[in-house]
Amino acid sequence: MATGERNDALNSRIVITGVGVAAPNGNNLAEFRAAVLAGKSGVVNYETRYMGPVLAGVCSFDEFRYQKKKDRRRGTRGGSVAIYCANEAVKDSGLDWPNVAKDRVGVYVGITEHGNVETENEIYEISKFGYDTKVWSHHHNPRTVANNPAGEVTLNMGISGPHLCIGAACAAGNAGFIQGLQMLRLGEVDLAICGGVSESIHTFGIFASFQSQGALARHEDPTKACRPFDKGRNGIVVAEGGGLVTLERLPDALARGAKIYGEIVGYGINSDATDFVLPNRSRQAECIRLALKRAGISASDIDIVSSHATATEQGDQEEVGALREIFGDNPDVAINNTKSFIGHAMGAAGALELLGNIPSFDDHIAHATINLDDPDPGCWMPQIVANQPRELPRVRHILNNSFGMLGINSVVIVRKFEG
Amino acid sequence: MNAAEIRQVIINILNRIAPDEDLSNLDDEKPFREQMELDSMDFLDIVMELRKLYRIEIPEAEYSNLTTMASTVKYLLPKLSATPAMA
Repeated sequence: MATGERNDALNSRIVITGVGVAAPNGNNLAEFRAAVLAGKSGVVNYETRYMGPVLAGVCSFDEFRYQKKKDRRRGTRGGSVAIYCANEAVKDSGLDWPNVAKDRVGVYVGITEHGNVETENEIYEISKFGYDTKVWSHHHNPRTVANNPAGEVTLNMGISGPHLCIGAACAAGNAGFIQGLQMLRLGEVDLAICGGVSESIHTFGIFASFQSQGALARHEDPTKACRPFDKGRNGIVVAEGGGLVTLERLPDALARGAKIYGEIVGYGINSDATDFVLPNRSRQAECIRLALKRAGISASDIDIVSSHATATEQGDQEEVGALREIFGDNPDVAINNTKSFIGHAMGAAGALELLGNIPSFDDHIAHATINLDDPDPGCWMPQIVANQPRELPRVRHILNNSFGMLGINSVVIVRKFEG
Repeated sequence: MNAAEIRQVIINILNRIAPDEDLSNLDDEKPFREQMELDSMDFLDIVMELRKLYRIEIPEAEYSNLTTMASTVKYLLPKLSATPAMA
């Protein structure tokens, strides 16, 4: 191989070098990992406008660690989550941030939705004034533009490279990682801060819509409400949160002696093209195969599958249909589910679900799927890690599923970095 | 409300708009913008808060009256003299 080709090959290798996490059960990766290994839920009772008591995954990170009160007031919860996670990721990366060329940094934040929170707030506010639109806030537009969470990160951190929010429903966390990887490979940026965030628990509409759909979870014990693959499930628990990473080209990371969490070796995004809401196991399977093909590996090389399952009957069954097709002959793969601990963190879901599994490269433990007391035979696989973590002989590849409405599927495969 | 009560209304609004600022040494004769971080969007917040709290409409041509605390109180006094102070 010529030197130029070799350099191209090395520069196309993209690694994770910093992690910032805001989860309902942990404010950094270590806390989050400890919580999922200990079976600690982040789902609590929650009050939302008009709906009365509901259940939600609620975060407790310090909003003002990296953000002034004034900027928090002007911005959004999604922006605040993104700012916290981006700063945590950069701090964790060990980058010499003051000397990083800020025009070569890209911010790519996956979102399920953005703007509903602020729109609902303003409508509620003007309702107290006889719906006089003169009291509609001048902050509404900058708060609700679709690039808001990523844009707030650039304002906070002085980043002058590109920023985008990637709207990809509940596939958005993976889509954020993929966007960052692609921009690095294209040479558009030298550092990508990417992943996904969610502020969705602050809009009553998302709860109300799931309720109308018959898909909002209820349980007298909030920690037992989210029950993927379990016969006793009754729907989705909405959560907020964020997971952003720093991605770099391998040579850059090696040159500065960075800690490398893993290498993104495969990814796929495709579309069902079949239904607004209902998932499609065939397209999901195609997306998984696409990611495996890009990674140059087979299903038997995957050690952990981080499932998307949201605890809806059809969603769980469709995903397991895809997983049976691809991993049915792989008895050693561990299939787990993070939503059972924190609920469905929407735009952050794919990011958090991947990141919570990353430490298994070192500890060789697959965290469990909790609340799996009575497995639904329609979506049971013996590879599913039920209730207690499972020790594995090795963990070299993690495959992360994230699927969303309008039939968007995303898959990311991360390989342990072994030099 | 008298001038002192109107001044306190403005201080309360500024505290909400700029919660990181220490307003204890605010000079009533100096422009707000020389003493604190206050951009045009923040300035519109003052106008909006007065609209919400007291239904005062301030035409854009008269925004210059809100440059300093002293000019703001002077401008608002006739508009709020008949309005009782909020508890």
